[in-house]
Amino acid sequence: MSTAQPVTVRPPLSGEPFLSVEDLKVHFPTDDGLVKSVDGLTFSVRPGEIVGIVGESGSGKSVTAQAILGLHKGSRAQVSGHIWLGGRDLVAATENEMRQVRGDDVAMIFQDPLSSLHPFYSVGDQIAEAYRVHNKVSAKDARTRTVEMLEKVGIPNASSRYDDSPHQFSGGMRQRAMIAMALICKPRLLIADEPTTALDVTVQAQILELIKELRDELDSAVILITHDLGVVAETCDQVVVMYGGQCVEKGPVDQLFDQPEMPYTWGLLGSMPRMDRVRATRLLPIAGSPPSLINVPKGCVFNPRCRYSDRVEGRKCFTVHPALEPSTPEHEVRCHIPPAERQQILLTEIRPNL
Amino acid sequence: MTTTAPSSAAAQPATSSAPLLEVTDVQKWFPGRSKGLLSRTGNPVKAVDGVSFTVHEGETLGLVGESGCGKSTTGRVVSKLIEPTGGAIRFQGRDISGLSRRAMRPLRREVQMIFQDPYSSLNPRQTIGTIVGTPFRIQGQKPEGGVKKAVQGLMERVGLNPEHYNRYPHEFSGGQRQRIGIARALALRPKLIVCDEPVSALDVSVQAQVVNLLEDLQSEFGLAYVFIAHDLSVVRHISDRVAVMYLGKIMEITDRDSLYESPMHPYTHALLSAVPIPDPAVESRRERILLTGDLPSPSSPPSGCVFHTRCPKYRTELSDSQREHCRTTQPVLEEKRPGHQVYCHFPQVRTDLIDGQPGPVRTTGPKTA
Repeated sequence: MSTAQPVTVRPPLSGEPFLSVEDLKVHFPTDDGLVKSVDGLTFSVRPGEIVGIVGESGSGKSVTAQAILGLHKGSRAQVSGHIWLGGRDLVAATENEMRQVRGDDVAMIFQDPLSSLHPFYSVGDQIAEAYRVHNKVSAKDARTRTVEMLEKVGIPNASSRYDDSPHQFSGGMRQRAMIAMALICKPRLLIADEPTTALDVTVQAQILELIKELRDELDSAVILITHDLGVVAETCDQVVVMYGGQCVEKGPVDQLFDQPEMPYTWGLLGSMPRMDRVRATRLLPIAGSPPSLINVPKGCVFNPRCRYSDRVEGRKCFTVHPALEPSTPEHEVRCHIPPAERQQILLTEIRPNL
Repeated sequence: MTTTAPSSAAAQPATSSAPLLEVTDVQKWFPGRSKGLLSRTGNPVKAVDGVSFTVHEGETLGLVGESGCGKSTTGRVVSKLIEPTGGAIRFQGRDISGLSRRAMRPLRREVQMIFQDPYSSLNPRQTIGTIVGTPFRIQGQKPEGGVKKAVQGLMERVGLNPEHYNRYPHEFSGGQRQRIGIARALALRPKLIVCDEPVSALDVSVQAQVVNLLEDLQSEFGLAYVFIAHDLSVVRHISDRVAVMYLGKIMEITDRDSLYESPMHPYTHALLSAVPIPDPAVESRRERILLTGDLPSPSSPPSGCVFHTRCPKYRTELSDSQREHCRTTQPVLEEKRPGHQVYCHFPQVRTDLIDGQPGPVRTTGPKTA
């Protein structure tokens, strides 16, 4: 962190978020056309805050995470906008500067722990390597620190498990090892990309608990990418709902679950079977399938699947791209339906069926 | 909405009528890994170890548990894709556990399977028409109007465009592929479909479409499902009765509402408490029971109750003599309340796990629609 040069100096802001993404665009030129994976995303994360990014496959969640880590550098991807991290703009940073940022300021936990660990090296050595890259310490000190970290994430007999290969760990333990690796340099931003999707519910509960504990201890900012609204309700403070590469709704977790306003969010909530409800009727799926990111629908991205586009005058949903506008000071929605009418639809048509 | 009436009628199996499928003490042991090059002395892996349940016509039995608990193996044994090591599987009153491949063939019409991964369960070199039409050819059936017409009818029924008859699997999305798998399973009008994690690989909005389709087909054709899944929310939505498995054994089996609202086994308690609920207000008041440690190896399961090594109740609530009992004596799956079978020495009803607030104790009985 100390060695990296600040690339651009950010104008000072009050209530400084640690990470602030502004109008991020990640486009991939392909033979079939330009794939707009992320198209104008803005959000920020404060220290000690967990921000959930929810959306279906192809909505741009993971591509956003990769952009923050600078993993698109050197590829054909066209990245524009700003990613402000503690005063530096990561979009403009070079690969060398990014290498300093990764693992030290920002760390990432991936979905599949088996394919993100090297099968040949021992788990302990892989974690220690991450520590030694960023800190000038002896191999012995790195080992001590690694064992400490493995203990902290709840691996029993950490010192004897240090030399085990990844295949000797169970799925939950591998994910714990990945978390240990991500946290060993005490990153100020942790990105967890579907960290529990491959795990069983009981293990998922342990891992989410662990992420929350470590957040409290290190006061790190956390981005939790998931498709599971249950996980969001349990862990997050703020939620960003993504659809077709754009943020369609964003706000504090309580407001988003209590007063969802965007038809896509209604659709997500309606299509999830809920364990705490006696089954009343059928699930209410969202008709159709996610949009092509090459031929993004004109107007609102969600219009081909939206049941309420006829409530807006003059076919605006099909012609004008709606802006992300605040409905309360913290809660922003991208929808043409007037706020008062959205509330009405929520009360009379959505809430009774959820 | 149209489905609730027929499915709730089917949810009350007349106890007098014989079950469609009756599984009694079924075991599936896989040979243990050999220690040396030649010796095969390892302990057998007891993937399924004495599982019994019944499925009535038109009913859905949910089978839940964590990975490695033997739920998929149970599904495969029941549909006779693999031979059981012991026990009896009766289908329509006839024991099919020892039948040869040839003797099984007519029965294959009655029992079909839907698989988890829509990407690997379809042959990439065959068109949809061929894939869905294969059951007719193998069984030598000549449907009225020809195979092509029958296949297109099926495609239409599961929500695919019949004009896509000549397309290949890679041209379809995940949800559409799962519909192809369902069309194939439906082709021969089976009585029972074993669904092995049919919606786990799909996005939520698409998952809901497929769940609704499965329910519609059930009421239309009077299908019975064995629905294997790890997602307890989906299982609550679709099942009439639910069995919870752990380490190759059934821990608890009862009707859906009793299981979710008045569970008795400590493992079920932990499982239900771990499922996050998409409502921050409810989430904040729920108790989460964290299990410690990892799943023991199914080749050397713990003595006595297989769950005692991770049981929160064993660890914190029981007296020494009670613990001794758990360690040494294997519990049996027996009826602790009417229609509610539990594998535990010290079962206890809990009603506060889902909502965070104690609710009324559910007893089995006629369901309210």
